[in-house]
Amino acid sequence: MHIHRTPDQIAADRQRYLDFQRAGMEAKTLPQPSPRPAPEASNARLTETVPGGWYTTLHLKAGELLRLVPGGASTVSLAAWALPDTTERLCLPDTVKLQWTTDLTKGRVIFSDMGRVMLSLVEDSSGAHDVLTGGSTPETVADYTGDARRNTRDNMLLAAAKLGLDRRDIPAVLNLFAPVRVDAEGRFTWRPAMLAAGDWVDLRAEMDLCLALSNCRHPLDPDASEVPPDLSVICLPARPIAADDLCRTATAEARRGFENNARLQGAF
Amino acid sequence: METVHDIPARAPWSGIIRKGQTLRIEDTYGQQAIDTLFYNAIDHAERYSSQDTLRAQGAAYVTTGTAIMSNLGRVMLRVTADSAGRHDTSAGCCSCESNTVRFGHDTRFQHACRENFIVELARHGMTKRDIVPNLNFFMNVPISPNGAMTVDDGISSPGDHLELVAEMDVLCVISNCPQINNPCNGFDPTPCRVIIRG
Repeated sequence: MHIHRTPDQIAADRQRYLDFQRAGMEAKTLPQPSPRPAPEASNARLTETVPGGWYTTLHLKAGELLRLVPGGASTVSLAAWALPDTTERLCLPDTVKLQWTTDLTKGRVIFSDMGRVMLSLVEDSSGAHDVLTGGSTPETVADYTGDARRNTRDNMLLAAAKLGLDRRDIPAVLNLFAPVRVDAEGRFTWRPAMLAAGDWVDLRAEMDLCLALSNCRHPLDPDASEVPPDLSVICLPARPIAADDLCRTATAEARRGFENNARLQGAF
Repeated sequence: METVHDIPARAPWSGIIRKGQTLRIEDTYGQQAIDTLFYNAIDHAERYSSQDTLRAQGAAYVTTGTAIMSNLGRVMLRVTADSAGRHDTSAGCCSCESNTVRFGHDTRFQHACRENFIVELARHGMTKRDIVPNLNFFMNVPISPNGAMTVDDGISSPGDHLELVAEMDVLCVISNCPQINNPCNGFDPTPCRVIIRG
């Protein structure tokens, strides 16, 4: 029942882990946040306005950029699936564990459950994103309105359905523009000072994807009773990727993730 | 009534806990991560949600008093006793694929929790797409105010246990973690025990 490992094996494994940990937690210094506001997008192949409380779905080709610009205080919840195999999907536990941090900022990447990079955070003005606490639900919306208006849980179900998926396919969602942090006692705090007018992100698709986006206030947002503003969704064409591309070279983990992408996709 | 299930080192297990029954999970040798998933026993599309659980609790770790929430926002079980202190639900399970990213491509062909989950879920008609971010009982994953996150040495001692009371009929699926690249189980996978009472 107990498969014995020798003290020497354990000591060697521990040393190896400590080496990975040291390298991972002392990763190359990430850059300053992107300046606000987002640059003009003159060559977009798609621009869309998602009203507060609503959702949208879209497809991205590998290399294309997804620019998200909330019109003010709102959170954008995101789920993503690989094409053509949608059983490969956003995996936030791996995303944070593999990068030794729950803070996703410019220069970080977002992993699938297959050890591949789905998206790169190539531009990001705030660094205020939440991987831990999920989106709004009928209950959290009803808590303040007495009425289960549009909410992220139902938006994700609707979006998944329109992509040919169902409840079983909905992963834990990434909340962009949600300044949730963990205090020294392990409790969640909401830090609105991390956000500012004009915040934006550019996510680069690192494989062909379909995505669901929900534009709802976050349940931990103390001003969640206010109606969310419109969200601008802009798809930009692929650009050449430099050999020293930040997201592809920032960490050893990201490099190995992109090696996994290349293994199935051919050279990139 | 009481049933006792000993889960060998590195092995999977699954069983039904009826509403009102108590699930006791024992870390027999100490420092063993026990990766766990819950499903509504009659509707597998309702399943454990780490994000709903953390948000409902307002804190990043699971311990006594935590309501284990489903993806439909319902309470599946409640943690009524915990001798270890806290448990992780942010770091997910290990997989052959994530091992390659975290520990190098030479670790790809090591048995992992996701292999256990796929095999055990298949017995219940489920597939990889049914694997969601799981609970890691007895796994020590502190998250710092600056966001830093690391798997640290386990804090559980031999015989540490927790108890959960089911509020609906649940299917419990366990992978007794085989990971040997991080200290979640002291680099030395050991057996654990599950007891269902009531």
